[in-house]
Amino acid sequence: MRPKFIIGGLLILAAVVYLIFSSTQVNAEFFLTIDELVAKNANMTGKNVRVSGAVLGDTIQYDAQTLTLKFTVVNVPADNKEIEAQGGLAAVLHEAVSDPDRQRLEVVYKGVKPDLLKNEAQAIMTGQLGQDGLFYADELLLKCPTKYEEAVPEQSDQTQ
Amino acid sequence: MVANLGYGALILTFLVSLYGICSAIYGGLKNQPRFVDSARNAMLLTWPLLTVTALSIIFLLVYGHYEIKYVAEVTSNSMPLYLRVTALWGGQAGSLIFWSWLMAGFASAVTLRKWDRDREFLPWVIVVSLVTLMFFLSLSIFVENPFERWWQTPTGDVVSAMFQPANSTPLVQADGRGLNPLLRHPGMIIHPPMLYLGFVAFVIPYAFAIAALITGRTDDRWIRVTRRWTLWAWLFLSLGLVLGGRWAYDVLGWGGYWGWDPVEISAAMPWLTGTAFLHSVMIQEKRGMLKHWNMMLIVLTYDLVIFGTFLTRSGVLSSVHAFAQSAIGPLFFGFIALTFGVSMGLLIHRWNSLKSEAQMTNLLSREALFLVNNLLFLSVFVVCFWGVVFPILSEATGLIGQAIPSLAVIFSGQKVTVGPPYYERANGPLFAAMMFLMGIAPLSAWGHSTSKTLGRAIWKPALVTLVVPVLLIVLGIRQVAAWIGLTLAGLVFFVTAYEFWRSALARHRAHNENLFAALWKLAGRNRRRYGGYTIHIGVILMSLGIMGIEIFQTETQATLAAGERLQLDQYAIQYESLVEFPTADGREVARATVSVYKDGQFVTQLYPRRDFYLESQQPMTIPGVRSTLADDFYVLLVDWQPISTQGATFKVYHNPLVNWLWIGGLVFILGTLIAAWPDREMEMQPQRVARVAKAVEQVGL
Repeated sequence: MRPKFIIGGLLILAAVVYLIFSSTQVNAEFFLTIDELVAKNANMTGKNVRVSGAVLGDTIQYDAQTLTLKFTVVNVPADNKEIEAQGGLAAVLHEAVSDPDRQRLEVVYKGVKPDLLKNEAQAIMTGQLGQDGLFYADELLLKCPTKYEEAVPEQSDQTQ
Repeated sequence: MVANLGYGALILTFLVSLYGICSAIYGGLKNQPRFVDSARNAMLLTWPLLTVTALSIIFLLVYGHYEIKYVAEVTSNSMPLYLRVTALWGGQAGSLIFWSWLMAGFASAVTLRKWDRDREFLPWVIVVSLVTLMFFLSLSIFVENPFERWWQTPTGDVVSAMFQPANSTPLVQADGRGLNPLLRHPGMIIHPPMLYLGFVAFVIPYAFAIAALITGRTDDRWIRVTRRWTLWAWLFLSLGLVLGGRWAYDVLGWGGYWGWDPVEISAAMPWLTGTAFLHSVMIQEKRGMLKHWNMMLIVLTYDLVIFGTFLTRSGVLSSVHAFAQSAIGPLFFGFIALTFGVSMGLLIHRWNSLKSEAQMTNLLSREALFLVNNLLFLSVFVVCFWGVVFPILSEATGLIGQAIPSLAVIFSGQKVTVGPPYYERANGPLFAAMMFLMGIAPLSAWGHSTSKTLGRAIWKPALVTLVVPVLLIVLGIRQVAAWIGLTLAGLVFFVTAYEFWRSALARHRAHNENLFAALWKLAGRNRRRYGGYTIHIGVILMSLGIMGIEIFQTETQATLAAGERLQLDQYAIQYESLVEFPTADGREVARATVSVYKDGQFVTQLYPRRDFYLESQQPMTIPGVRSTLADDFYVLLVDWQPISTQGATFKVYHNPLVNWLWIGGLVFILGTLIAAWPDREMEMQPQRVARVAKAVEQVGL
């Protein structure tokens, strides 16, 4: 009687391993920097990619009728420690947009223009790199460093 | 002053806990009841002491003592009283205190029970509870102290510290930063406390399990004692999860209730293993099997509770729930590793005394189906755990890909994450299998059940279930997932209803009661069983809401000029007007008025809003919703032209059946209450007595 339980258990195990691995493979999103994405261009075309960059304020174009948003982002390091070493997110973003030699990426997004999309914001985008070299974002998140930093209080209110 | 009082009480609780642990261990090992009683008194003292600490924080929050770092971070002058009080769990330092306070309350309540028959458990239950409590207290005292103040040093730096650094002056601000706008919602009153109650309550069955392992009293006594505690823990956790879903649906503005956010998942993981535990303890009670398995499940659940608290509170993962980065991560990890290691060591030590009393022989018996149910819950847990952990480990696991090239597609060494589609794809078939089991298991018999007996029991409800696919054809629904899901839901519903009907009818005939009285008495007599069935019905109703969103949800968006319409399914909205106004509590509100038409007929007006919080510079979107049992029509105002108010952009969702998710949640809770409510029932059940008698006979006593 025992073998059929073992076989049943192994079948369930195999099914679960298959479900996990195949779902991971189909739905994995790769975290890349803009440098890495552009370097691996051919490899990554059509795959789900999550990429982040500093927004160039002058490049933002938005058509409210068709809800089409276009802008350009500049390469920033992805690693938190590296960002800290370079003086924090705000400094890193500022430096990125002021440096014309950095790798850039044009982004197309269908949807409403977020409030936080402005110069020197950090855009975190999920989407695919198209054959035309444009990045088609399905999802767009924005971070403005000034609002998320652990704020040390202003010193104007001090008493004594 | 008040801060010092609260901090002093916190330190005192820590010392009392330390004493209680030592005293309980000594009393337990040397069999000295005096020391155990003393440890129990120490346990009972922790709760009033922590109440002082918690009330001190609440006092500081309510009266705006912004010289305290925590108060300045989570409150501001413009926040209403209820949010200032609930800000106790609005940030990391405060929520750890809240955790400890609930934990102390639960553990104290347990030590107040009658211990006559279980005195040997008492010292070890106290030790486990107090060790858990002390871990959280030490985090509060040494790492995340909620009473730290701001100080200004002579060099002009601002530092936070509990005690005044040399030469510094206190820094008092006029206003605080205020709570994250997403948390400023009545849901804040109830969702976090329920989740935390569920979390801490699961410590109790774990404590008894460890007590059973230490004392060697490894029969199912620990399970019987903690059965109701576990159900209450499960009730709170379920309620916390459902309320969280409702809150997300109301405020997060994506038209959904569950985003497979790592923090949501980490709250659901102990629920999954806890649910498996609730089912499998029944096999141990009825058949004396799966004893090792139950021990492992409760240890896993306990450590997942700690892991869940860690994920929510450590900043390891970025999500709506996470607070800022902090140093508590490694400490949590160490504590999880330690408790898991010690628990597993004890389990291995007692391995032989936990042998099964019976053998599983039949694939269709109730116990075998319960086992499959357990494996499925565990599988969903593994899918979730992998989804949360793999992104953290994905770079390191590149080595596996290099070693085994066929696995390189998964273990590529790239930093990778998985989103909602991963969870949906991997869990979908598992959920379907669970529903199928929920349909057939109630009709299978303990011990021996064949396809013939099962078939005889099930053919009537199965036949009725055929109505569902026929109805779907008539309605013209084509999605395969809907066919499978709704048919399975129908099967569970009809089987459960049939079970109620059959039993009520039998009672009606035997006792000559009317059917309703029979049903009532029946549920009262065997509350665990009928409470469980009620929970199943709740799950089925919830699954309707979930399928409504997952399979049938539609959405669209457009920019409309005044008077223009946007069509979605049988609905349309017409943009009427928009007003912008400031509020007294520091918001700038933009509110649109739209008319909703269904099949061309006007039905109602909705007022989707966007609130901009000036002090934190964060927007919050509040949907306009028309809600009926058939569907929700959900309108979001996402953008507008500020000057002309001529055009505004809307995103609209049509969410069929979603209300059944909340209704099912209520039924689910009701069922759990039926099962968990205390009663005067005798603890020794007849079949148990018979089984013990048989066992005694066998060993030849």
